[in-house]
Amino acid sequence: MTEIDPHAPVKRPEFRNINAFKDLPSYRLPSAGWVSILHRISGAVMFLLLPFVIWMFDTSVSSEISFMKFKSAFNVGLLGVPGVIWKLLALALIWAYLHHLIAGLRHLWMDARHAVSKEFGRSSALVTLTLGSVLTLVLALKLFGLY
Amino acid sequence: MAVNYGSKRVVVGAHYGLRDWLAQRVTAVLMALFTFLVLGQLFVSKGPISYYTWSGIFAAQWMKVLTFTMILALLYHVWVGMRDIWMDYVKPVGLRLSLQVFSLVWLVSCAGWAIQVLWRL
Repeated sequence: MTEIDPHAPVKRPEFRNINAFKDLPSYRLPSAGWVSILHRISGAVMFLLLPFVIWMFDTSVSSEISFMKFKSAFNVGLLGVPGVIWKLLALALIWAYLHHLIAGLRHLWMDARHAVSKEFGRSSALVTLTLGSVLTLVLALKLFGLY
Repeated sequence: MAVNYGSKRVVVGAHYGLRDWLAQRVTAVLMALFTFLVLGQLFVSKGPISYYTWSGIFAAQWMKVLTFTMILALLYHVWVGMRDIWMDYVKPVGLRLSLQVFSLVWLVSCAGWAIQVLWRL
């Protein structure tokens, strides 16, 4: 039974035609929403860095000399850009790949098991975000030679 | 295929939704398996990863043809994904078409480069 209560709290705002600058900063996205938008952003990042990926593939497999060049790009630098910047670029790829892969596996799991409950969406989203961040951190420490 | 003639013809939509949805998932599974295959080969190799360990992985003929297929899978997967992004966020038709053409040129060029690298190994 639904009864109209004059003292009911104010209705939650409904968002239509979302303005990126006015509405998004105050919009509290649920964890599954974060996974979803980061899935897109990570995909777009990898799309834009695709030439860098193929450059790495090219220099690392073509010859021993190019392999050295590949390694020195990250340790010394390349094209006047210091190695640290190339490492950060590689780290961006590492995060993007990990998040995209884990979020994709979450999608496949939901498709296969019809796991579409709100609670599963929330918990699996938190697992995705945590696992992606932790693995990125572990590899970042390795990349910057902390272990 | 949708019926495109007679009284039962479908007059709306392009009906490639399911095909792309499924292709997105099939290519994703293939690429995920391929990732684990490459990582697995790195783990069974001994010592620090040398040039010969790394390039040796891709030099085997079966790996070469498999990597070739993965490049094509990536091409399709990224095309579906980028087209989704452009369709969702870019409404002006001219700009959207330009971005879609840019994506195709970008992807096919990258795929060509990757295949060239692979095949001279």
